[in-house]
Amino acid sequence: MLDSRPSDYMLNVEGLTVSFDGFKAVDDLSFYVDEEEIRVIIGPNGAGKTTVLDLICGRTRASAGQVWFRDQELTRLKEHEIVRTGVGRKFQNPTIYEDLTVFENLEISYPSGRTVFGALGFKKTRAVIDRIEEIAETIFLADCLHHVSGALSHGQKQWLEIGMLLIQDPALLMLDEPVAGMSPSERIRTAELLQTITRGRSVLVIEHDMAFVENIAHRVTVLHQGRILAEGSMDKIKSDPRVVEVYLGH
Amino acid sequence: MFEGYSWAELGSIFAMQGFAGLSLFSVLVLMALGLAIIFGQMGVINMAHGEFMILGAYVTYLCSNFFAENLPALFSGYFLIAMLLAFLASASLGALVEWGLIRHLYKRPLDTLLATWGLSLILQQVYRSVFGAREVGVTLPDWLMGSFAVTDMIEIPINGVFVMFLTLGITAGVWLWNFRSSWGTQMRAVVQNRVMAGAVGIDTERIDRLTFAIGCGIAGIAGSAFTMIGSTGPTSGQLYIVDTFLVVVFGGAQSLLGTIFSAFAISQSQSTMEFFLSGSMAKVLTLLTVVTILMIRPQGLMSLRVRA
Amino acid sequence: MSSPTSRAFATRGEILAFATLAVLLLAVLPASMEIFRLNLFGKYLTYAFVAIGLVLCWGYGGILSLGQGVFFGLGGYCLAMFLKLEASDPEATKIQSTPGIPDFMDWNQLTELPWFWVPFESLGFALVAVVLVPTLFAGLIAFAMFKRRVGGVYFAIITQSIAAILTILIIGQQGLTGGVNGITDLRTLKGWDIRTDEAKLVLYYVNAFLLLGALVFCHWVLGTKFGRILVAMRTREDRVRFSGYDVASFKIFVFCLAAALSAIGGAMFTLQVGFMSPSFVGIVPSIEMVIFAAVGGRLSLLGAVYGTLLVNWAKTTFSETMPELWLLAMGGLFIAVVLFFPNGLAGLWQSFRQPLMHAIRRHAPAGSVVADAAPEGGTR
Ligand SMILES: Nc1ncnc2c1ncn2[C@@H]1O[C@H](COP(=O)(O)OP(=O)(O)OP(=O)(O)O)[C@@H](O)[C@H]1O
Ligand SMILES: [Mg+2]
Repeated sequence: MLDSRPSDYMLNVEGLTVSFDGFKAVDDLSFYVDEEEIRVIIGPNGAGKTTVLDLICGRTRASAGQVWFRDQELTRLKEHEIVRTGVGRKFQNPTIYEDLTVFENLEISYPSGRTVFGALGFKKTRAVIDRIEEIAETIFLADCLHHVSGALSHGQKQWLEIGMLLIQDPALLMLDEPVAGMSPSERIRTAELLQTITRGRSVLVIEHDMAFVENIAHRVTVLHQGRILAEGSMDKIKSDPRVVEVYLGH
Repeated sequence: MFEGYSWAELGSIFAMQGFAGLSLFSVLVLMALGLAIIFGQMGVINMAHGEFMILGAYVTYLCSNFFAENLPALFSGYFLIAMLLAFLASASLGALVEWGLIRHLYKRPLDTLLATWGLSLILQQVYRSVFGAREVGVTLPDWLMGSFAVTDMIEIPINGVFVMFLTLGITAGVWLWNFRSSWGTQMRAVVQNRVMAGAVGIDTERIDRLTFAIGCGIAGIAGSAFTMIGSTGPTSGQLYIVDTFLVVVFGGAQSLLGTIFSAFAISQSQSTMEFFLSGSMAKVLTLLTVVTILMIRPQGLMSLRVRA
Repeated sequence: MSSPTSRAFATRGEILAFATLAVLLLAVLPASMEIFRLNLFGKYLTYAFVAIGLVLCWGYGGILSLGQGVFFGLGGYCLAMFLKLEASDPEATKIQSTPGIPDFMDWNQLTELPWFWVPFESLGFALVAVVLVPTLFAGLIAFAMFKRRVGGVYFAIITQSIAAILTILIIGQQGLTGGVNGITDLRTLKGWDIRTDEAKLVLYYVNAFLLLGALVFCHWVLGTKFGRILVAMRTREDRVRFSGYDVASFKIFVFCLAAALSAIGGAMFTLQVGFMSPSFVGIVPSIEMVIFAAVGGRLSLLGAVYGTLLVNWAKTTFSETMPELWLLAMGGLFIAVVLFFPNGLAGLWQSFRQPLMHAIRRHAPAGSVVADAAPEGGTR
């Protein structure tokens, strides 16, 4: 039994499987992510990429398999417990609190006062405010700190969500299509943003934009019909005929 | 609670109460069918559903009076006409309400709940002004009166059996409509993906209106059936609304079979317990059981798994 | 509050609004009415506890409960049981076949005080029970539902069913609960006659102070990070979860808080009105309490108080003179509030006040009124 931590990787996914009424969206999937590695998952639509992130962060329950994050097995934990172990997740569509200001969005994401009574007694100390302002600077939103976030542009919302993860200072950052729907200039800034924020943590990115992927990936995993089709450096992936056939050829 | 009864007696009691419960079962199923269609389709909770039922009951009452006075020769057949008219009346009112109220609230289910409650208050007052506060009853044609004696202890009321067959017929009709007609297909398409359905040319607004109207119309038929088992007053509908909601939720909101099954379970357990306990305790126990089960299994008895 | 760093407990406008209400409740109403009317308003104010609880859990938290009457009633019954036992001492009840037990028990051939009544002979126990029984019950319901991620209309229906069940139960168990009449004929609280005019005045003030205290407390809660998480949860429950919060525990807490407030209202009702009955527990009163909050403005604590007063005052006035019209008006109110004024009186006041403030500002000397110009979410 794999009941203790099986290896030295930061993230260990072992035999992960989920089936929705018989349909296996993720099928016996195993992969490993190193400390400080940027891993990109690519694959055609419906390959199961989002579902893999859902499984790691507890949004969907695995039918079989294990996810080891450092010393912890995640598949048995609740979502908020997984977050507290140091896993941050960005959704495919920007998911922010549109009724609240940018500042309040970041404040809610600040990793303290997370229990009921903690939240009641939470103090906005100088340290908290400094941290929020620092993050806002990083995600290019320093000027809109007190704007209601629902009024931001699509790209800015994406950044805000990234900022909300950043302020949690997760050891593993999972981003689902972070540049989707962005203008070319926004893409470039996002790529820069990712370069700075990925320092000191591991990142798992799903992306369709191949130029972007080449730019940031250390290693690439290609998913197809819930299984791994290929894995390795970008160059190796690009020359793999099967990958070209199911995905890159389009 | 069973001490003091012999096995044979217990058997008869269960059978008798079971048949007595069938009328309640029929009303619950018909009410719940309408509610389930509306809730399943639009996520709308219609708190005025009981008042739509009562409208059907009043229409039946008016028909009964009309035939008795003007067309006594045809009296034996009035009930079928009354059902049709009850359906039409409730369905038309439903379409009107959808147009004037519901369609503005599709994104706000909790608000719909409050608005339709307001509607139910208004309807109750209208009924009170038009028909008076006293409860009214209908005269049943002869062929619906009386009962079969199965054994010397078990008697089955004919109207109960009639209502049950009626219910089965309507349920089958709803099923066919939902799964076999193109309209039903369109409706299910709208449920699954409103935007996409609109994009492929389905008139989603029309589908919504018709669906709401049909749901209310079926409540009208339930009202017709209701006149056979109880008398009709302005607030009679409200008494059934909680039970009906529980039937729908307990059955699993999108499952026709679940609705029928849960209506059966609820009406039968209530009717059977009523013989041994007081009526109110039977009701408390039944509802409490249902609520407890729902707390443990919130998705109801049967449920579809849909992506969150 | 020009910057979040210096966010004060309340803005100047908020303090002013609160002070206005305090003056209204503590001075204007008592000065302008005879005791009978004041007692009536005191009764309305007990519903305001329920309404501000609904602002928290429904307006901010998005949890619509159609069973607040359950907690109002339980709180009221807990106190009524104590008062009834005090009113039923063997001396006062010596004509009964079993002296010393409440009269309705005697009428129902009970010969002994039921076990769950016994502890209510102690005022301390009763007071603790007033808050604790409804809160724990609410906690149980909320725990079962929210841990399984059930919310929205399902929660509304379940709470409504519970209100129905409890009413039927109370009415059915006449010997234990006083049945449909409820627990009536309450007289003294530790020997202090609560039926006199002075007592009614004192109780009115106790009630008003408790309500003002509750308002301050709720305002504080909404001002903390907890309040912002409630708003966040209402729109993006998933995101809150993935920011590391256990959403269920927040919902449980806010629902319990609303229940506790309702319960205090219920107990004050019993004291001021002198009885408690199932007609304040069931489906109809519970949903009416929702409309109090909706009319006042589901996002405004003070609005909820005004809404409660207004609707109840209208109800008393109209249902005396034109009962038919009242039901129509009430129905219309539900529809109108939802369709046309989703933010209730508070929303109307905002849209009326803003142009006014702008006009004042334009005429004021520059720099004197920058105070509450910070952008605020559309929700507050
Ligand atoms: N909860 C669910 N219930 C049923 N089917 C699901 C569920 N979640 C995902 N699926 C199915 O699993 C498959 C994989 O979906 P997933 O969203 O992971 O794809 P993806 O690789 O992220 O695609 P895209 O590139 O379009 O985002 C799809 O066929 C989807 O319909
Ligand atoms: Mg995806």
